[in-house]
Amino acid sequence: MTAIARASLRIRLPRWGVALLVVLCWLIGYAAFHGRDTMALAQADLTPLHDRLNSLNDAVGAQRSSNPLFLYFFDQIRGAINVLATFIQSLISQPAFGRPVPVIGWLGVVAVATFASWAFGNIKVAVLAAVGFTVLGMQGLWTESMDTLALTTTAVLLSLMIGIPLGIWAGLSDRVNAVMTPFLDFMQTMPTFVYLAPLTLVFLIGPASATIATLIYAAPPVIRITTHGIRGVPRETLEAAESMGSTRFQLLTKVMLPMTKRTIVIGINQTIMAALSMVTIAALIDAPGLGQVVLTALQSLDVGTAFNAGLSIVILAIVLDRVTTAASVRGELARRKPTSRSHRLRRPALVVGAAATAACLYMSNTYLWAAQFPANPDLGGPIRRTADALASWVQLNFSGATNSFKDRLTNGALNPFQSLLTDSPWWLVCAVIVALAVIVGSRRAAVGAAICLALLVATGLWADAMSTLAATLVATVVVMALGLVLGVLMGRSRRADRLIRPTLDAAQTMPAFVYLVPFVALFAASRFTAIVAAVVFAAPVTTKIIADGIAGVPAETIEAAAAAGSSPWQIITKVQLPMSLRTIALATNQGLIYVLSMVVVGGLVGAGALGYDVVAGFRQNSLFGKGLAAGLAIVMLGILLDRVTQSAAGRGDVTSHGHH
Amino acid sequence: MNRLLTKMSTPTRTVAVLAAVSLSLSACGAKVSDAATGGAKGSAAKCGTFNLAVNAWVGYAANAAVVAYLAHNKLGCTVKLQNLDEQISWQGFASGQVDAVLENWGHADLAKKYITEQKVAQDAGPTGNIGKIGWYVPPFLAKAHPDILAWKNLDKYAALFKTSESGGKGQLLDGDPGFVTNDAALVKNLKLNYKVVYSGSEAALIQSFRQAEQSKKPLIGYFYEPQWFTAEVPLKKVNLPAYTLGCDADVAKVACDYPLYNLNKVVSTKFATSGSPAFTLVKNFRWTNADQNLVAKYIAKDKMSPDQAAKKWIDANPDKVKAWLAGTGVS
Repeated sequence: MTAIARASLRIRLPRWGVALLVVLCWLIGYAAFHGRDTMALAQADLTPLHDRLNSLNDAVGAQRSSNPLFLYFFDQIRGAINVLATFIQSLISQPAFGRPVPVIGWLGVVAVATFASWAFGNIKVAVLAAVGFTVLGMQGLWTESMDTLALTTTAVLLSLMIGIPLGIWAGLSDRVNAVMTPFLDFMQTMPTFVYLAPLTLVFLIGPASATIATLIYAAPPVIRITTHGIRGVPRETLEAAESMGSTRFQLLTKVMLPMTKRTIVIGINQTIMAALSMVTIAALIDAPGLGQVVLTALQSLDVGTAFNAGLSIVILAIVLDRVTTAASVRGELARRKPTSRSHRLRRPALVVGAAATAACLYMSNTYLWAAQFPANPDLGGPIRRTADALASWVQLNFSGATNSFKDRLTNGALNPFQSLLTDSPWWLVCAVIVALAVIVGSRRAAVGAAICLALLVATGLWADAMSTLAATLVATVVVMALGLVLGVLMGRSRRADRLIRPTLDAAQTMPAFVYLVPFVALFAASRFTAIVAAVVFAAPVTTKIIADGIAGVPAETIEAAAAAGSSPWQIITKVQLPMSLRTIALATNQGLIYVLSMVVVGGLVGAGALGYDVVAGFRQNSLFGKGLAAGLAIVMLGILLDRVTQSAAGRGDVTSHGHH
Repeated sequence: MNRLLTKMSTPTRTVAVLAAVSLSLSACGAKVSDAATGGAKGSAAKCGTFNLAVNAWVGYAANAAVVAYLAHNKLGCTVKLQNLDEQISWQGFASGQVDAVLENWGHADLAKKYITEQKVAQDAGPTGNIGKIGWYVPPFLAKAHPDILAWKNLDKYAALFKTSESGGKGQLLDGDPGFVTNDAALVKNLKLNYKVVYSGSEAALIQSFRQAEQSKKPLIGYFYEPQWFTAEVPLKKVNLPAYTLGCDADVAKVACDYPLYNLNKVVSTKFATSGSPAFTLVKNFRWTNADQNLVAKYIAKDKMSPDQAAKKWIDANPDKVKAWLAGTGVS
């Protein structure tokens, strides 16, 4: 143990020393050149690039009704997606086929959800699905929930139809993978607000635009994870199958796909979660459902109603997450032992279940009581009133304390740090970031960083980008601190895990629009509020990843350390944390990306900078170009931070592998 | 129902019939097929579908509520309410998906693009609502310091408005980036020791003013009327140098107050020439700030549905409604 510690110390000390030296140079440079070459741009000002992007947008708009590309290509896509979306809506959410209600009523939906959860998952998640869907109805939001479910289903189906083949292709070919990765990065980090208006220009107002907006954000996870799964199939397995004379197609269908089934289901799970997180944004272009309820409630600061609808989204997300996770576990079990006893016993039970489900479907199609969710018992009223009362109580009693806490932290940490980034000359900041990328990462990462920085300068929004970067880094530090504490707690105790995890799920899936209003009361319209919102969204992901890493440390190692007389604190700091370094690096990476995805939401509560620019570009035709440039700047920040942290993680990996 | 049954495949039908038999033992209540399928009225064919954009603020929702209520219940239109941002609503004029916008605040650039250049939209006259934009303070502050309502005294109070965001100066809080604002130029040209901080959304702005009044914390910011919130907290307007025609021509040099906005209705050209009675209704629609504030209060404070709110106001104001319906063939 001590030998390991000393070895890693010898490698790291100089690295930290050099990094410290770079920061020292930065401080000296800041003192000397403070306020020079900051490239600040006033809120109302545009650069020539922004103007050019604007006229590009206008040109596309002018072509809309005459260009054959629109008439024969985009309009066909729009038509096809509209047909699919409208069909699913008419099944579960909208009156159709001359009926006053959808084809399947609430009883049928609950029955199908329960039966499918049981068939693909297990009895536990089936109960969860039954209770969850019933609660949606009791909240008074059945139709809205089904609208959201219909739209999510459409987007997820299309994501899978496109994503799984693409993922397989990228898994089989390095070149395809290399081409695809930047596109996926782009799709995941470019804020939706940037392309929402052009998207509706191309695909018009309606389900097609909402579906495509959702798809752009939700497809990358299933593509990436499928690729990852295909690449993870052991070479020896492939060679063995090949030597037995399998064709390429057989290799794929008989070996690779069965072996990656579980991974692909995890990808599907992530895609569903991503699609659900787009519900409120899609509502901005008239997508029906829970997002509408949240946005309308926001107009009159109706926290209770927004919370009630947000809770429905959380319930949908948790049910879908648990069911797909259970399905992936079942897939794995079935692959390992396809003919277990319980498997044989399930058959007759499944047939009975199917018959009961069909009966429910029939009733929900025929009888009004099974078609329309009953108005009583009503959970929505109590939930709204409780949330309202709680929010006012917290605001009334704590806003003084929280605001002075905000002031102290902003003046003490955020303002000096932001000033260091925004008031230093741009070339100094660039040099420092590239140098740090070499030190913590690799030379290759530094080249990537340099390119990103050059493009950032080119967007004309350098000062705003640095302001956003400062807030992003501060938020990430808080996210990591929280993630480490909670993650270690959860990784070490199953009970703590069971207690904390639902809260994390809720924080991650509750739309930010729901808690923005109370947060503004607590922390005023400020960058700090934006940071808090980002922490709420990003901390769950980091916490879960770290908990996973800690729980993955072999029990024998911990027992050995305990036997050698280590205290729990020593076990955490000397064994569990060092052994999960790679996971922690991954958690940092994901934390940064999640924080960055909240930049636009931050712009809605006083963070200004890039987030505000993006929203302004969406809201005002004349600022479209600047909004697009700001979106590109966010993408550049994302790629910059991702590459540097990934290469730092890779480095951590090398050193930790060196231990064994 | 029979049609639905014949559409099912044989096994599904077997199960369905089995289920039906087992259920016929107990009384199952009303059938879907017996329920009314929506009010198809005589004039529905004449009006057809009316696509009404609904922009995201309560005042607009109030306008949309009463117009939609009358279009549906009096004219028999199939009203399709579309919850859209302003810019996307105007895009809808071009694609033929939006018939009308019921409360337009200026938007000279969009008017130029879609009315003047593409000719797909046209002005359908004022709503009667007068839009007022300016700098406001919460009432407690105006009471404590009456002279704060004159812009010349603002520098004296700058220290009151200092926040963690304003870099040592007084903070002037701005709202949604979609709103018309000259505030940065105003601060500069009036040489005020203030910094504009962008709250970024209407919700954040309203919440800030509500919080300020509640906890007696000084705040000055951009606000506007008509707005449902001013009924809850009657904000006081600061007097900037008076507006004169053309004083805001050069946005960078502007040093005067905002003009009054005659809020207007905009419709698609297609809709205007369609002969739809809904167009006549939109064209005739005209009411006062007090009217809108009342319906907005029903929606925002009393938590009525837009339809309930509209009905309540319409029942209480038959004369105004009668004037709107003139020429539609319905009274």
